Amino acid sequence: MPSYRPPRIPSSEITPKKFWLNRRQIIGAGAAGLVATGAQAAPLESVKSGYTLDDKPTPFKDVTNFNNFYEFGVQKTDPAKNSGDFNPRPWTIEIDGLVQTPKTVDFDELLASETIEERVYRMRCVEAWSMVIPWNGFPLSALLSKVEPLGSAKYVAFETVVRPEEMPGQRGFFQPLDWPYVEGLRLDEAMHPLTLMAVGVYGETLPNQNGAPIRLVVPWKYGFKGIKSVVKITLTEKQPPSTWNLRAPSEYGFYANVNPEVDHPRWSQASERIIGGSGGFFGGANRKDTLMFNGYADEVASLYDGMDLKKNF
Amino acid sequence: MPSKSSYLKRQASIWLLYAIGFLPAIWGFYLGATDQMGTDPVKSFEHYLGFWAIRFLILALAITPLREVFGLNLIKYRRALGVLTFWYVLFHFLVYLTLDQALRLPEIIADITKRPFIIFGMIALVLLIPLALTSFNWAIRKLRKNWKRLHRLVYVITILGLVHMVMGTKVLSVEQIIYTAALVLLLGYRVFSWSRKRMAT
Repeated sequence: MPSYRPPRIPSSEITPKKFWLNRRQIIGAGAAGLVATGAQAAPLESVKSGYTLDDKPTPFKDVTNFNNFYEFGVQKTDPAKNSGDFNPRPWTIEIDGLVQTPKTVDFDELLASETIEERVYRMRCVEAWSMVIPWNGFPLSALLSKVEPLGSAKYVAFETVVRPEEMPGQRGFFQPLDWPYVEGLRLDEAMHPLTLMAVGVYGETLPNQNGAPIRLVVPWKYGFKGIKSVVKITLTEKQPPSTWNLRAPSEYGFYANVNPEVDHPRWSQASERIIGGSGGFFGGANRKDTLMFNGYADEVASLYDGMDLKKNF
Repeated sequence: MPSKSSYLKRQASIWLLYAIGFLPAIWGFYLGATDQMGTDPVKSFEHYLGFWAIRFLILALAITPLREVFGLNLIKYRRALGVLTFWYVLFHFLVYLTLDQALRLPEIIADITKRPFIIFGMIALVLLIPLALTSFNWAIRKLRKNWKRLHRLVYVITILGLVHMVMGTKVLSVEQIIYTAALVLLLGYRVFSWSRKRMAT
C-alpha cells in the first residue's frame, strides 16, 4: 500500500527548535494558570510513525492559540484564554451501543496501554484555512477493538463533555450551539488507520484549548469533524447526528470530506490560506490549492467508491 | 457671518477627523505586516477593515438623529464620516483581492458571481462609488436636489452591508450584534420620521 510513506525529514526539522525549546514557556504564557492543574504539558512517550509530511509544521503557539472550540467561546483566541478552569482529570470514556463488551475506559489506563505515535497531519478547516500539526495519539481502531463492535454496527457516534461550570461557552445568555457537541463517522472511516485519537500535540499532552485530554483527528475531513474532549462513543446502526450539520444542513454535511470541487455555499473550497508562522502579510506564500481528501486520496478515496460526493458533501 | 478664523477652525477639525480616521487602517496594516495580528493576519486585517467601515457608517448615520432628537449639531463632520466609510470598504475589498485571494481570478469571479454574501458586499461597494465621487462641494452645487436623492442610496448600502456582515459569519459575536442593533435602530429612525412627516402632510 502506498499509504505508508517513510519520513523524509529529520525530527529536528519537524519541530522548529525555538518553539520546541520554548514550549513550556509558551504554554505558560498562552494559558496562564493552566499549568497548576498538573495535567498540562506533560511530555508523552511517542514513537515516530510513517505518517508524516514534508510540509512545514505550524508553530506551536499558533496551533494552541487559534482554535474553534465553541465550548470556550466563539473567537479563535477564546479557547486559549477561557479554558483555564477546565480540568481534564480524572477522565473516563464510555463506549457502548452495538458492541460485545461495553466499557467505561479510564483515560490514564488507556494512555498507559496504547503505543503513542507521532503523526504529522494536514488540518483543513471548513473556513478555508489550513495548518500542519504534529499530533500524538493512537488509531481509533485500537480503542474500538477493545469493545468488539457487533456486525450490526454501521456508524460511530461521539460526544463532547458538558461542563458549564468549567466551559464558559456552555453557560450564560449567549449559547452559539446546542450541547453536547456531537459528531459521527461511518464504521469503516472510524476503523481506517489514518483516523486518530489524539492525546497530545508537539510531544506533550493536549492543552485544554485543543481538546484535552483526548480528541478525534480525521485528516481527510474538515476540522469540525475532529470532536474534542470526548466522553462518550456509541456504535450505532443509523447515521448519528452531527452538531454543525444540525445547525446548518445546507452548509455542513455528515461526511465533510475535504473536496476542492464542492464549494461551501458561502465560499470556495478550491484553495486555502496557510496560516500560522507566516511572519505577517509578506512572510511568504499564504494561499495554496486544496487537495482532494486533503491530500489523503490515495489512502481514503476507495472508501467512497461509487458515491456522489457532491450530494454527500 | 462667520469670521475667517472660525471657518479655518472648522476646516481644521474636519481634516483632523480624516487624519484620525485613517489611523486604524495604518495601524492595522503595520500590525499585520510585522506579524502582530495573530495566527491568521490576513483574515484578521480584512475583518478589521470591514468593522471600521461599519463603525464609520454608524457614526455617519447617527448625525441626523443626534441633531433632531438631542439638538447636537455635528453635521459638518458627516461628509468626512461618509468618505471614511467608503475608503474602509475599498480597503476591505482590496485586501480580499490581494492578500486574501492572492489575485486568483477564477476564484474571485466565482465568489463575486455565485456567493450571496459577497454579492451583497460588492453591490454595496459599487453603490458607494457614485456617492464618493459626488462628495465634493462642486458636485453638491451641480446636482442640487438630485444630490440628496442620490445620497439616499446610503440606506440601501447600509442594508446590503449589514446583510453582508451577518451572512458572512458562522455565529454572530457580541460586537456584531451591537452593530446590527445600532444600524437597525438608525434605519428604523428614518422609517419612523418619514412616516410621521407623511402623516403630517
